[in-house]
Amino acid sequence: MANENQSVSIQEKTEKNVWFLLILLALALSVGGLVEIVPLFTMKNTMEYNAAPELLWQRQAGQTLNDHKPGDGMRPYTALELAGRDIYLREGCYTCHSQMVRPFRDEKERYGHYSLASESMYDHPFQWGSKRTGPDFARLGGKYSDDWHRKHLRAPRSVVPESVMPNYPWLKDNSVEGKDMEARFSVMRLVGVPYTDEDIASANAELAGKTEEDAMVAYLQVLGTMAKLDENKVYRE
Amino acid sequence: MDAAAEQKYNFDVVRWFTVMAVVYLVVGALIGVYIAAELAWPILNLDIPYITFGRLRPLHTNAVIFAFGGCALMATSYYSVQRTCGVRLWSDKLAWFVFIGWNLIVVSAVITLPLGLTSGKEYAELEWPIDLLIAVVWLAYSFNFIMTLAIRKSSHIYVSNWFFLGMMVMITYLHVVNSLAIPVSLFRSYSVFSGVQDAMIQWWWGHNAVGFYLTAGFLGIMYYFVPKQAGRPVYSYSLSVIHFWALMFGYVWLGAHHLQYTALPDWTGSLGAAVSLAMIIPSWGGAVNGMMTLSGAWDKLRTDYVLRFMIMSLAFYAMSTFEGPVMSLKTVNALSHYTDWTVGHVHSGALGWVAMVAIGAIYHMMTRTFHTEMWSLKLINAHFWTATIGAVIYVVAMWVSGIMQGLMWRAYDEYGTLAYTFAESVEAMHPYYAMRAVGGAIFLLGAVMMLINVLMTVTKASSEGSLQQARTAAATA
Repeated sequence: MANENQSVSIQEKTEKNVWFLLILLALALSVGGLVEIVPLFTMKNTMEYNAAPELLWQRQAGQTLNDHKPGDGMRPYTALELAGRDIYLREGCYTCHSQMVRPFRDEKERYGHYSLASESMYDHPFQWGSKRTGPDFARLGGKYSDDWHRKHLRAPRSVVPESVMPNYPWLKDNSVEGKDMEARFSVMRLVGVPYTDEDIASANAELAGKTEEDAMVAYLQVLGTMAKLDENKVYRE
Repeated sequence: MDAAAEQKYNFDVVRWFTVMAVVYLVVGALIGVYIAAELAWPILNLDIPYITFGRLRPLHTNAVIFAFGGCALMATSYYSVQRTCGVRLWSDKLAWFVFIGWNLIVVSAVITLPLGLTSGKEYAELEWPIDLLIAVVWLAYSFNFIMTLAIRKSSHIYVSNWFFLGMMVMITYLHVVNSLAIPVSLFRSYSVFSGVQDAMIQWWWGHNAVGFYLTAGFLGIMYYFVPKQAGRPVYSYSLSVIHFWALMFGYVWLGAHHLQYTALPDWTGSLGAAVSLAMIIPSWGGAVNGMMTLSGAWDKLRTDYVLRFMIMSLAFYAMSTFEGPVMSLKTVNALSHYTDWTVGHVHSGALGWVAMVAIGAIYHMMTRTFHTEMWSLKLINAHFWTATIGAVIYVVAMWVSGIMQGLMWRAYDEYGTLAYTFAESVEAMHPYYAMRAVGGAIFLLGAVMMLINVLMTVTKASSEGSLQQARTAAATA
């Protein structure tokens, strides 16, 4: 009873003093986010590479990004791949395609091994998506040939008659050459992607003579191929 | 009375926000119908980069949430805060700054999103210079509101204002954290967060944009406009106190339920789902409180078309706040995630709840701020039926297609192999995508009727001189 009276009086106070109400709200509204977000930065088991270091590419001094072989582990995107990824963002591909395979039998058979958090550790921003109007892309790399992708990007219904995807004929005509790939790499390094000075210095040159379609295909073909996952290993509880 | 109110309060800025909300309702719904048609008939993409689904879909969400929803919230909150506090807005100049700033943001979105200038974060696509402008305008909007509460003449702060205030605080948190990015150039930036952390922050933003902007804010609208339109006090004061604080504290936790079975740690998704389930209670507390306000006055629904919008909105609100927790259950989510069911759920909330309660409030404010009756009551009634039928067709189409998609993806044949290719599931969606476009078009038709009605009412007010009279009469009174 006393408790109830007290709660009434606190409520009374919030209704009479806007500043008190404001402070109480600011506190109540911060709890959920803090509890759910902060541990993701601090708890080691969030990122699987802490227990399975082979998920990360152990880069030797002097190696370039092109020295990485599929399966060597997660690495930053090359200049061409990042240019492709930026086009992926620009065209809003995430509005219809996910990049996150869930641990179900049907998804495993359709797309492959379930996705790990470590696999999108260099993705600023993440592109897990929320909708599959088209199929998942997390393990798209290597499933189709480059030629298939080009045909499909230019006219999706020429290879998949049921598709509802727009045609992207302009990608083959637009160049990705430009001067700001170094700047993009530098910003990526600033937010935690381990690009070396050499990576940054050679970034613009990598794009010489390339079209947006080349970049897009390079990006789509690398998805899910960087790290090799062990079927018998439990990465996530 | 009307004249006194006209002189005492700043209705000018309210009128502008009100009319712009209706304009943006039509624009946002029109883009929505077009992209719905693109999914049914992809030829409509016309090989023009600026109108492809991928670029227009962010424009649709931004237009309906920030342009329509924003103007509706700003009109209703600035109107009701003045009336419930018995004072004029703290600053007229700041209010105009908010009006111009917010519309400038909308115009920038209309230009940049079709150009493909985007941060690539769903529901927060606008690039960093626009994000900065949003932060400034939002704080100005909130500050003016808070200062109006601070100088109020009434002893207690009315319940609708609690909800608006909660929204303002939470949206500030969300927008600032989720938009943290490092610019590369004027229209390119990269999020400071990556992968799993970025996903959690994004959905903390995404779900709470729904929870606070589209729910708390619109509950604020409900708490002022439903009792006013019905001419009866709010059903239960205690219920409003309990469901307010439960909603404020609890809603924040829900974002994680968008990431079940993903690479987000299981504890986070489960926590989000558990709290989601508990949220049925405060959500229904609000719905019951709104509906029961009509207790003893149900007959008014026969004659009052505006009230019909409000009650229908509460029915949709109750329905979708039941559906949401169900969809956050792991077993249901395994089926519903990534499908059109989510799209259907969002639209039962957006078309049924958010749009309808705002439409009701806008009709209510139109007569009070233009000091005349609506041009056509019949058109309001026609709008009510088109909006309701359009929303129902849309939602049903997405329920069927969503559940069908989910079932087709996981179906196995007698040999234990997947029964359908992905392409077959796409093909099976066609009739429902067409049906959705039709439902959306019917809803859009209603919105166009509303725009005509509103513009004709403005014209009527000016030809009758009712607004002019209200402005000058008080001077002699």
